[in-house]
Amino acid sequence: MPATVRRVAIVGGNRIPFARSNGAYATASNSDMLAAALDGLIDRFGLEGKVIGEVAAGAVLKHSRDFNMTREVVLGSRLDNASAAVDLQQACGTGLQAINYVANKIALGQIDSGIGGGVDTTSDAPLAIGDKLRKKLVAVNAQRTTADKVKALAKIRPGDIRLDIPANREPRTGLSMGDHQAITAKEWGITREAQDELTAASHRNLAAAYDRGFFDDLITPFRGLERDGNLRPDSTVEKLAKLKPVFGGPDGTMTAGNSTPLSDGASVVLLASEEWAEANDLPVLAYLTDVQTAAVGYVDGEEGLLMAPAYAVPRLLDRHGLTLQDFDYYEIHEAFAAQVLSTLKAWEDPTFCKVKLGRDAPLGSIDRDKLNVNGSSLAAAHPFAATGGRIIATLAKLLDERGGGRGLVSICAAGGQGVTAIVER
Amino acid sequence: MTDRYRSFVNSAIGRQIAPRLGLPQPPVLQRHRVGDPVVDGPVLVGAAPGGRLAGAIARTLAAVGAETWTTEAGDLRQTAADAGLAPKIYADGAAGDQRFKALVLDATGIADVDALGELHAFFHPVARRLQGCGRIIVLGTTPELLDGSARIAQRALEGFTRSTGKEIKRGVTSQLVYVAPDAEDRIASTLRFLLSPRSAFVSGQVVRIMPSDRDPELNWSEPLKGKVALVTGASRGIGEAIAQTLARDGAHVVGLDIAPLADELAAVTGRIGGSAITLDVTDDDAGAVLAERLKADHGGVDVVVHNAGITRDKTLGNMKREVWDQVLAVNLRAPEAITRALLDAGTINRDGRIVGVASIAGIAGNFGQTNYATSKAGVIGLVDALAADVAARDITINAVAPGFIETQMTAKVPLGIREAGRRLSSLGQGGLPVDVAETIAWYASPASAGVNGNVVRVCGQSLLGA
Ligand SMILES: NC(=O)c1ccc[n+]([C@@H]2O[C@H](COP(=O)([O-])OP(=O)(O)OC[C@H]3O[C@@H](n4cnc5c(N)ncnc54)[C@H](O)[C@@H]3O)[C@@H](O)[C@H]2O)c1
Repeated sequence: MPATVRRVAIVGGNRIPFARSNGAYATASNSDMLAAALDGLIDRFGLEGKVIGEVAAGAVLKHSRDFNMTREVVLGSRLDNASAAVDLQQACGTGLQAINYVANKIALGQIDSGIGGGVDTTSDAPLAIGDKLRKKLVAVNAQRTTADKVKALAKIRPGDIRLDIPANREPRTGLSMGDHQAITAKEWGITREAQDELTAASHRNLAAAYDRGFFDDLITPFRGLERDGNLRPDSTVEKLAKLKPVFGGPDGTMTAGNSTPLSDGASVVLLASEEWAEANDLPVLAYLTDVQTAAVGYVDGEEGLLMAPAYAVPRLLDRHGLTLQDFDYYEIHEAFAAQVLSTLKAWEDPTFCKVKLGRDAPLGSIDRDKLNVNGSSLAAAHPFAATGGRIIATLAKLLDERGGGRGLVSICAAGGQGVTAIVER
Repeated sequence: MTDRYRSFVNSAIGRQIAPRLGLPQPPVLQRHRVGDPVVDGPVLVGAAPGGRLAGAIARTLAAVGAETWTTEAGDLRQTAADAGLAPKIYADGAAGDQRFKALVLDATGIADVDALGELHAFFHPVARRLQGCGRIIVLGTTPELLDGSARIAQRALEGFTRSTGKEIKRGVTSQLVYVAPDAEDRIASTLRFLLSPRSAFVSGQVVRIMPSDRDPELNWSEPLKGKVALVTGASRGIGEAIAQTLARDGAHVVGLDIAPLADELAAVTGRIGGSAITLDVTDDDAGAVLAERLKADHGGVDVVVHNAGITRDKTLGNMKREVWDQVLAVNLRAPEAITRALLDAGTINRDGRIVGVASIAGIAGNFGQTNYATSKAGVIGLVDALAADVAARDITINAVAPGFIETQMTAKVPLGIREAGRRLSSLGQGGLPVDVAETIAWYASPASAGVNGNVVRVCGQSLLGA
């Protein structure tokens, strides 16, 4: 056992621009996109031929044939083949959890360098066949003779032929994530105006960050895309106000504008011990201080599906003796504008903080000027597993530019889970 | 006894035809069943600035496990947190398709005419968001205990709750609760009753709550456990329902009726494990006999319900003196005499409850009922006269004033008048005996120590005398 835990350096990150579903990356597979993101990282940090302790990545929507996706991508890359790899999955928390996995190994001295990230495609999604047809085909496959196979095939009826399209639904409630968030938004009194304002700010901030070249060393273009395909630099509250609600019924507040669209993309982050970074002549942008995952019960409406980060963050704060206000940047993943606003409101609310968190006083409000300063998922879009890497790389660079400081990361995930982190410089 | 019209308009064809003919559509009222929650839908709580009841409201809602929502007015959220509640937040424009089972406003902060705008501010946005058989409850401060502008403004609340009762159909009821200063912690039993389907047929009423230092530990599902309740006229109709309901709440019920109905009475008390006394309440020694029997058999009595009553309708010109006397004797002289006898003999235990059964005829007057209305108005007088005295002994006295209740008594009423009695009310139908019984059970609860000197109508907000 190591005597101490080591600081985990964030060396840098790379991603491909995120594309809207069935857009620029319509024919790209998860492996193609992850390989592209990794390739850019290898170039940027001169990793060609080097052994990386472990590469961890995952995808939320994954073909069964991709069971070893990350290792396959590593084998096809210019990294040394002796670089181990693992596939991980925790819904939208996948990317950050993969980074956490790598960071913990570095902290414990099990590895000295690692890459964490994720990828998702909603275009090249894994369609499954209906269960009836699948079972009958399994039976066909089990037959030895051609004649028996034909007999077994003959048992398939037209009615058996059905596609199982992966749906963004909670198996236990049958509700989509947006339906769930619409309930939470209603129960926190989150208005349409507030959601549209947050959305417009996300587009404005992301566009400004591109314009000042912030992403120049964080992104490699892919398949003709140089910026995120979902970005609308001219988005305004007025334009957003014209959209019809898509969740929460005809009087709902959530639209296609203030909810993230289905999208495709990949991101990776290079982590290392300080010694490894120095030995390889690599910069340290910031340090991944700590990660906290939380989960909540939501099936019977006891808590909102996407409210787990509201529980995770106070645990992080307590562990480090910090208050919610002790941060220079807040990176709260914008799955839906309403998710961010519900979370912020919960932290300000005396009843939530006392009854649900068991605290005497609310966590309080944050300085909104420090929230998602370079845009977030509403503008960039949200290829599920790729969001963690996008956020960690963005935040590490922000802290490096600032010359020091502290950032808070919060990512909600399906199944009532949330992954949060502190990044410091 | 069955309301055929209501059954018809709630049938598949009736629902189509009735509106086209412009017929009223009385809803099927939701009623309490054993094991049901106090309130089975979301409750929205608001507060006018400067109010003092939000904490007590929140504690009750927390205790009954209600799905609670608040507006973000003032320090409501902090108050809710102190009560251990984590309510949802209602905001205009964010509520989508949200509906509420009850809207509760702490209006004690309303101290002048301008502040009455808080009524509009709270209720206007959600007026169309009430579910069927929903509840509107406004809590204010007893005007008689205030001066000047505050008194004026608090008195004004009554016009509001009475109007919402008339305006919002679908079985929705609307009440005003005046809470005296320092009686904040006495509202729980009243709030529970008014929120729940137990008060299905009570609407447009004003309840006054006074301070009391009696604060018994209570098992809310059997609040009368260990208590003895005397119910007169218990063999049928409303009396039978009262006996059953008090027994459900844990009381040992002593049912009383006249000798000719002894078998019916025995059937009722037998079913609920009570005991029976056959007695004519108009007997000169009725009070003395009861004092003695109750003391001997039960060591005293905790709840006395004067339900026995008769009608002998005649227009005044046709009414013989003996008919006048009969009605006055059963309906008024007996309750007064028996109450005094039991009080004088010390038969009514500490925390005792005396309940009179008046009638809306006693409030509004009625054709052919000069005798009856006089007797029933007298029952209200009995409450007024004794309230202060009994309070000094930690006893309360209140009355219910039933409107049209479906019983053998009302089944005898000619059809035209019967239909009018049913329909000329906000809820558009007659009540059931259990509606009167539930109201009496609320008075009887040990938690209703602050409820004294009240006359609450159980009349579906009948237009008569309202
Ligand atoms: N049914 C209504 O719509 C209505 C409306 C307003 C008030 N009320 C009041 O509610 C009470 C109960 O009414 P109900 O409809 O159940 O009537 P009911 O006639 O069905 O029952 C009255 C009971 O009182 C008993 N009783 C009568 N005289 C008695 C006496 N001298 N001694 C002992 N018992 C006697 C009767 O035997 C009977 O069992 C009455 O006080 C009545 O005035 C009824």
